[in-house]
Amino acid sequence: MVKSSREVVCDHLTKIYGKSKTRALDSLNFTLPSQGIFVLIGRNGSGKTTLVRILATELEPTSGSASINGIDVVEEVRKLREKIAIVPQEARPIPWMTPLQTVLSYLLWRGFDYGRAKTRALQSLERLGLAESANMLNRSLSGGMRRKVMVATVLSSEAEIIFLDEPTTGLDPISRREFWEILRTIGKERFTFLTTHYLEEAEQLADRIGIMDGGKLIRVGTLEELRKSVNYEYSIRILSPGHNFPALKNGEVVIGTAGDIRILTIENEAFKISRELTKRGIKFTINPVSLDDIFFYLLSRKGEK
Amino acid sequence: MFNEKNLVQKRNRFSQILAAVLVNSVYEMRNYPIVLINTVLSPLSFLLVIVFVSQGALLGDAIVGGFIMSMFSAGAALQGDLSHLKNDFKLQDMVVSSPTTWQIYMFGMALSEIAYSLPALFVLVILAHYFMALTLIGALELTGVLVLIFLTSVAIGFTLSTFSSDIVQSFAFSRLISTLFSTIPPVYYPLTYVPLPYRYLAYLSPTTYAAELAQNAAGYLTLSSTTMALDWIILIVVTVTLFIIARNKARWREI
Repeated sequence: MVKSSREVVCDHLTKIYGKSKTRALDSLNFTLPSQGIFVLIGRNGSGKTTLVRILATELEPTSGSASINGIDVVEEVRKLREKIAIVPQEARPIPWMTPLQTVLSYLLWRGFDYGRAKTRALQSLERLGLAESANMLNRSLSGGMRRKVMVATVLSSEAEIIFLDEPTTGLDPISRREFWEILRTIGKERFTFLTTHYLEEAEQLADRIGIMDGGKLIRVGTLEELRKSVNYEYSIRILSPGHNFPALKNGEVVIGTAGDIRILTIENEAFKISRELTKRGIKFTINPVSLDDIFFYLLSRKGEK
Repeated sequence: MFNEKNLVQKRNRFSQILAAVLVNSVYEMRNYPIVLINTVLSPLSFLLVIVFVSQGALLGDAIVGGFIMSMFSAGAALQGDLSHLKNDFKLQDMVVSSPTTWQIYMFGMALSEIAYSLPALFVLVILAHYFMALTLIGALELTGVLVLIFLTSVAIGFTLSTFSSDIVQSFAFSRLISTLFSTIPPVYYPLTYVPLPYRYLAYLSPTTYAAELAQNAAGYLTLSSTTMALDWIILIVVTVTLFIIARNKARWREI
């Protein structure tokens, strides 16, 4: 494998779990720049967490190799651990500790002197709006604040590469949007590798997006690149299913997870279809193709293959 | 400010050990003082029962037993605590992906268990001062036995923590080994109180050898030099063997 700097490289990376022989990662190959925010999306069990855990040196791959900024994740573990930090999926602050103690102890584990660790911990908490709660017990904090405490740990560190595995899962929509601001800031300072199953989140935050399914990375690129890869510009979502809708000359029908029907098509065709749907009294919405549409389009194409 | 590169050229190993002690004992005791009472009461409760039942005759043996139980329970508790921090809070995963090595993490966690037992040990030292007539050699011998039994229990705790995947299972393991190794064996009273056929069973537990040596050091039992040597050898061999098993079984990075 040719190693180069400022890149994440996976070369036939495979992970098969124990006796069940579950193939969580299936000969994954990709290269992406380790800058800005990379968001990995996919359904539950698609292999997102396995990939993150391997890159963050928590889990050994079964075969293949991977490197971050030229540092091998298997062979140069100690070197890589100097540069990375992770908030794992379902990580939560210990209830009998305070946010300050949580961040401070993490920095001590990273080898900071006590005084410097405390200063950085307080700065990080202040930055995330947790200064007033710094000495409250974690158990008394809201779910959103607890998540912020976890992010404050890695934010306070000197790590150049941050892994956040589903950091906003379970947050209410308002807290999630607040969180996005924090993540945007982190992404400007360090390479942030984030997983989520909220497609809107990826659309809002990502400099690059990867779509995983069945242990494979089925597409990777900027949102624009992903849009172009679909070849359609508009998405018509049928809101009153059960009707016959017009035959398509240039477009495809995609079924979403909730069974909703979407027609992906080009601009001219979209307006023709819209007129026809209106005539037939079928309710619909029409929008430019979103990541949501791309996601289901690519998954359906993968199924056909 | 947060984007400094190579900020920490040299990692402070003392800080890394301190982190474990703070998280696993100091913060817990500071924020939940009730745990202090629990850690003191647990070894003292058996001591009181033995003293009452023997009408004070076994006070010295019971103090020695209290020391052994405190140290063994401290190491055994490591199992539940490691599992709890790993499975419920994902803390260990965060530490794995950091510059801390598994050796530093384990050493810090083991020290944290000692720190957790300090209130009980403090009370026992006061009792020993007033009710035991320890010579300097005896005190050193007792300390050596306690260190060994702590290391044994740390190795057991560490190994078992790699098998348990949830907190209910790990605390069940913790209680089981504590009962099997420090409550049932003759730790709080002399081995001679155990009827002969069952005495051989008692020798299956490393704490029995530790108790024998400790009781001998305190002058409550007189062991022949051969028995003493044998007890030390067995205790050391058991500790080393358990550490080798722990080292081979335990995985810092999962596979």
